[in-house]
Amino acid sequence: MTMLEGRTGSWEVVIGLEVHAQVISNAKLFSGASTAFGAEPNSQVSIVDAAMPGMLPVVNERCLEQAVRTGLALGAKINLHSVFARKNYFYPDLPQGYQISQFEEPIVGEGEVLVDMEDGVTKTVGIERLHLEQDAGKSLHDQSPAKSFIDLNRSGVSLMEIVSKPDMRSAEEASAYVSKLRSILRYIGSCDGNMQEGSLRCDANVSVRKPGDELGTRCEIKNVNSLRFLRQAIEYEAARQVEIIEDGGTINQETRLYDSGKGETRSMRSKEEAHDYRYFPDPDLLPITLTPEFVETQRAALPELPDEKKNRFIADYGLSIYDAGVLVAERDTADFFESVANGRDAKIVANWVISELFGRLNKAGKDINDSPVSAHSLGGLIDLIADDTISGSIAKKVFDDMFETGKEAAIIVKEQGLEQVTDTGAIEGIIDQVIADNPDKVAEYRGGKDKLFGFFVGQTMRASQGKANPGMVNDLLRKKLDG
Amino acid sequence: MSSELTGLTLATARDGLAKGDFTSVELTQAHVAAVEAVRPLNAYITETPEKALEMAAESDKRIAAGKAGAMEGLPIAIKDLFCTKGVLTTAGSHILDGFHPTYESTVTANLFGAGAVMLGKVNLDEFAMGSANMTSYYGAVENPWKRKDDKKTKLVPGGSSGGSAAAVAARAALAATGTDTGGSIRQPASFTGIVGLKPTYGRCSRWGTVAFASSLDQAGPMTRSVRDAAIMLGAMAGFDPKDSTSMDKPVPNFEAALDGGVKGMRIGIPREYRMDGMPAEIEKLWQQGIGWLKGAGATIVDIDLPHTKYALAAYYIVAPAEASSNLARYDGVRYGLRVPGQTLQEMYENTRAEGFGREVKRRVLIGTYVLSAGYYDAYYLKAQKVRSRIAGDFRDAFDHVDAILAPTAPNAAFGQGENMDDPIAMYLNDVFTVPASLAGLPAISVPAGLSAEGLPLGLQIIGRPFDEETVLRAARSLEDAADFDTKPDFIAGR
Amino acid sequence: MSLDKATVARIAHLARIHVPEQDLEPLAGELSTILDWVEQLAEVDTDGVAPMTSVVEMTARWRKDEVTDGDCAEDVLANAPEAEMGFYTVPKVME
Ligand SMILES: [Mg+2]
Ligand SMILES: [Zn+2]
Repeated sequence: MTMLEGRTGSWEVVIGLEVHAQVISNAKLFSGASTAFGAEPNSQVSIVDAAMPGMLPVVNERCLEQAVRTGLALGAKINLHSVFARKNYFYPDLPQGYQISQFEEPIVGEGEVLVDMEDGVTKTVGIERLHLEQDAGKSLHDQSPAKSFIDLNRSGVSLMEIVSKPDMRSAEEASAYVSKLRSILRYIGSCDGNMQEGSLRCDANVSVRKPGDELGTRCEIKNVNSLRFLRQAIEYEAARQVEIIEDGGTINQETRLYDSGKGETRSMRSKEEAHDYRYFPDPDLLPITLTPEFVETQRAALPELPDEKKNRFIADYGLSIYDAGVLVAERDTADFFESVANGRDAKIVANWVISELFGRLNKAGKDINDSPVSAHSLGGLIDLIADDTISGSIAKKVFDDMFETGKEAAIIVKEQGLEQVTDTGAIEGIIDQVIADNPDKVAEYRGGKDKLFGFFVGQTMRASQGKANPGMVNDLLRKKLDG
Repeated sequence: MSSELTGLTLATARDGLAKGDFTSVELTQAHVAAVEAVRPLNAYITETPEKALEMAAESDKRIAAGKAGAMEGLPIAIKDLFCTKGVLTTAGSHILDGFHPTYESTVTANLFGAGAVMLGKVNLDEFAMGSANMTSYYGAVENPWKRKDDKKTKLVPGGSSGGSAAAVAARAALAATGTDTGGSIRQPASFTGIVGLKPTYGRCSRWGTVAFASSLDQAGPMTRSVRDAAIMLGAMAGFDPKDSTSMDKPVPNFEAALDGGVKGMRIGIPREYRMDGMPAEIEKLWQQGIGWLKGAGATIVDIDLPHTKYALAAYYIVAPAEASSNLARYDGVRYGLRVPGQTLQEMYENTRAEGFGREVKRRVLIGTYVLSAGYYDAYYLKAQKVRSRIAGDFRDAFDHVDAILAPTAPNAAFGQGENMDDPIAMYLNDVFTVPASLAGLPAISVPAGLSAEGLPLGLQIIGRPFDEETVLRAARSLEDAADFDTKPDFIAGR
Repeated sequence: MSLDKATVARIAHLARIHVPEQDLEPLAGELSTILDWVEQLAEVDTDGVAPMTSVVEMTARWRKDEVTDGDCAEDVLANAPEAEMGFYTVPKVME
């Protein structure tokens, strides 16, 4: 267990997360306006979203399906009866004066997420609930000195609020939980997980306590939009709380904001005022009733989930837990791997995908879907190694060219004449030349300086421009030198 | 000629148009003049004569082409709670200053689709909150009726659909739309001697109608005959996919359901509606109604609606609670009045303090309180449970009877300014209408007699959910027997 | 249930309605009268009774996931007391 060391001893950090995940749907939760990102202000707004007098909500079936699919993917209880409630408060980007959300009866109940930590430990994080709710619009405060500008394009877009239990004990666990959750959401296509665009946002509830004590007073850090900031915010906040308590102070329950520029959390004055949301069932909407058949249909249509896929990769391909975990994090990566691995040595394929391809993609800031090297091409390259057409070291050079040009491996090898030399006569010719050029080194070697063997290998490979088959070079050199 | 035209019913006007006795333009011109003539009543907030005449001309073309709709060419008034595209819509409130909807409510769209002609938007209690039409920002509406021995005192038309009631009673519209949340169609109908029908909750779409209390609001017709109510309801009603609480049920031919009488019908008389202090003349009228229906062949059955006593209190928790939330959108940001402030909060508080009248503020505050932390269970949840009890009472009763007969209101129209200091005294006006509202049942008020002061009094028929046909048939029987033909003191064109 | 001035001030603020100081007391009286009157509901036995959540006996109807609306910024802004560059504007909000 990770502990925070203070002046008075060790502290346990307790973290619960509320993740707001934007549902992938064409239209909004209660209106027919589009959910597309980044349009002209107020252009993706229906008069329902603008809360014109007399406007009424009608629920979008896709959003219900997505919530149920997500619940099933989290192994959670699906509530066949759920209720939309109004959460009442005033804010200019909340046109109705209330957010339609779910309160006492959410559509999804308890579930859990398995989180793999880097040290190989698997941690279970409980899910408290998942509910559907409307997103608010956007207030822009920096457009004019005296005014805030309101754009309602986001108003009414469907969100899933996924509330965890306070099961996490370190910033790393919290961040690993969010990436795992994100991975699951992306697998089933219920949320694109894009944190920069705000499709996935985290609120972190952080408290500290002495091990074994009751839960401490928590502070809620709002709207953290990257995993790095999440870790930084939690670490800062936990340290802040420990310092206050150790100085004899107490923690005020409050909403705080993470300032990524300053690397600190601070109290949100605007949210400080005591809230009284006056939740009540929305009388414009009727209770949501799902049939068991509906739920089963959604379950049957779910794709293989990351945990299932990981176990299969380990069992069927003999991959390490680590490699399997890396490959299944994104469904597209796993699919890429599987398509290359088909009929090939899976461990070699995993190695190429993880160390070579990911490395290059990362550097180029690209993702697997815009990889210049297709699964088919990478397979072709690996085949050329397997049938001894090229050596492993030439293959890396060929891969670099493939990444730059998008050409097939075989073409690059042919164009640049990179085929491995496996003709004994040809290799012997090169070796003879190397021996002839280095009479002193030969003498030293034969005099017992074994280490020089590597020198001869290097010289031979260089003279063959790297194309000589390294195994054959070894064998023939031994024969000639040891005579 | 013109007062003859304004004296018609929807049915007779429809037949006259069909026969070519007059055109819709003529009929509408007569009504436009009538609208001007009744200005002293303050029934209309916005008159739309040009629009009316344009619509009438279009109707005449359709009639000539043999394409007449059910309400073709018939001039009516629209309660100013229905959003009408391009026409000022106020809800009787200062806070909707200058609001011109860019959309048409489903109910008005249905009516205009059936050929109805709009004369204008009629006055109402602010946001439909009131029982006397005294709370409108656009001023009180005067009842066209006067007391027999006191022609001076201005009487209220009831509320909240007071403008609708006054306009129809004074012959300044053949009919009007109303909305009923706790009695807002039936009580003013009773006060002005006309017919008012609140349909089953879910029968008429709420889309585009300014919301007061979402689980109670229902639009309905206000007319001068039961037949007219049937004709107009048929044109207003219908499934609307834009309203989640709209019932996907076919609209029956209500007019065809009028015939057949009440022979063999079982009519329930709820003991609990006989309340302490109920005026003798109301009790007498009720007995007379019982006699009429019995005479027409109905079987009279005493029934129990044990939780009736608590309906009003439950209503005055549920309705304000929903209203407090429904009215949160009037914040000065997107439409209507904005009263400036230094900060956003000041802007909100100033706008809503100036934009809402006293009764609306009172209800918003009560509603905010009963939903607030620590009070929700004791008030709102409790009231919703009592409401379940009340609905259960009706369900049980309808195992034994086909319809229920009761008075519409505990009194006749009262003077403007009376009952104003005591909100509860005002709320008591709805004591007989609120139970059916809470249970979502169809109910109609039919003019049945005169009070000792010579003012109209209504009787109410309550029916099973989505059984407006039985309600209309029983109402038709009452109408026949009552043969109510007294006219109000103030009639356009007289 | 009697409401005091402070409570009236609190709910008035929740409802974003400015109530001048001198009106708080009389308003507290009016509201208390209404709340005292609705207290009578306590007499009703509602043990085991489910609250009424919908008047019509049906459950929610679902809409197809189709874009059928929006792209009407002009309508959306048509009645705005204040708008600039396609946005509604309000007095600046301090974060
Ligand atoms: Mg939350
Ligand atoms: Zn949320």
